[in-house]
Amino acid sequence: MTPSPASPAPAAAPALPVQPPQGCPFDPPAEFARLRTEAPLSKISLPDGTEAWLATRYADIRAILGDTRFSSDTTRPGYPLSGMTGGATTEHRGFIRMDPPEHTRLRRMVTREFMVKRVEAMRPEIQRLTDELCDAMEKRAGQDVDLVEALALPVPSLVISLLLGVPYDDHELFQRLTGTLLSRTVTHEEREGAREELRSYLHRLVSAKEAAPGDDILGRLITEQQVPGEITHDDVVAFAALLLIAGHETTANMIGLSALTLMRDRETADRLRAEPALIRGAVEELLRFHSIIRNGPRRAATEDIEIGGQLIRAGEGVVVAVPSANRDPEVFADPDALDVCRPNAQHHVAFGYGIHQCLGQALARVELQVVIGTLLRRFPEMRPAVPVDEIPFRSDMAIYGCHTLPVTW
Amino acid sequence: MNITLDADKCCAAGQCVLVAPEVFDQRDEDGIVVLLDAAPPADQHDAVREAAAICPAAVIKVDE
Ligand code: SF4
Repeated sequence: MTPSPASPAPAAAPALPVQPPQGCPFDPPAEFARLRTEAPLSKISLPDGTEAWLATRYADIRAILGDTRFSSDTTRPGYPLSGMTGGATTEHRGFIRMDPPEHTRLRRMVTREFMVKRVEAMRPEIQRLTDELCDAMEKRAGQDVDLVEALALPVPSLVISLLLGVPYDDHELFQRLTGTLLSRTVTHEEREGAREELRSYLHRLVSAKEAAPGDDILGRLITEQQVPGEITHDDVVAFAALLLIAGHETTANMIGLSALTLMRDRETADRLRAEPALIRGAVEELLRFHSIIRNGPRRAATEDIEIGGQLIRAGEGVVVAVPSANRDPEVFADPDALDVCRPNAQHHVAFGYGIHQCLGQALARVELQVVIGTLLRRFPEMRPAVPVDEIPFRSDMAIYGCHTLPVTW
Repeated sequence: MNITLDADKCCAAGQCVLVAPEVFDQRDEDGIVVLLDAAPPADQHDAVREAAAICPAAVIKVDE
């Protein structure tokens, strides 16, 4: 047998694009536009050297996320876990990392808590919290204020602690820990320490509620699900951790980015001030425009499935590029422009798509509408206190945003 | 226009309620979609089509 001539080693697939184009912190990686036309499903290599598919076209992404043959179960072979941050390694997976029927069973235990009408009923309370934080900010006029620390983070933090029933005395601890989790100026050890401390805090919180369940999400989960034996103590803790983290980082970063966008786009800001009714649509457009989930969601194919003419084989992983879908010119005209009156802005997939679509989206919407409306009204002169290229953007994180946002007015 | 729902698939994200509150509601116990009007008047048709288009779980079927 003659040895065949050595074929050149196949070039390793490129890494997942993460860097925004030079000088434009709001745009997704420029590579996405090329991939959408040339290779809408292409192989990428993840940080651990494994390969996965990267989907960049809106239609393919909706098809993948809408098809339960693409599994969300992170323990499945082929699931592209590598390079993910944000609690992927917790001992308890939480229902976002599960498939039906388990996912359906667990998710339905909390769906009513985030219904549109229940969330709308919270609007006055969210407005009150926002006004208080703005009052405190007003007192600091003339100094540089970090908008992330003063407003963007505390709003979702206070709202979620209200929903979970975190006792008022624990607020400071709770906010300090979540603040540490979100900060960039802390070391890896400090962040892991905060994660651990938060986990043990949630264990204690759930135990206290087992003794005296209150009128809040955790209390209801305990009396209605844990007591009859549908779920365990650890499941309740996992619910708390999931709702806490999912509802926090995302909303906080959207608030920061949205505020910065409107500080830089005076014309749009003036228009929204003059016509507050446009704020609802503006929030959808900001969600589309910023698409803060930068390297996910992710799935594992459980069978051979053809998507957009490409065969994805059982056991292969898929990374879905939400920012790319939301800038797809096939769906959104002039996609790189921010147009707060865009008629189909709500077709964005910033909250995902399919059965895993964000459970807390109604709450996120109300928080964003209230905070943006209040900022425009109360701080019309607000502007960044540093040049934009000095703002630390979270290009290194799974959820995009700014680590800090110094402002003045 | 005639609307049918496959409510078993509903994931209670509430998009339909935001877009067409006169046609869709959510059940108090679990947030699952409820149809208020299976044959809504013409001024609701655009909103219903929009709800069907953005429903993440393909629950809403519209026959024109
Ligand atoms: S949009 Fe679809 S999934 Fe969401 S509540 Fe309405 S019917 Fe259910």
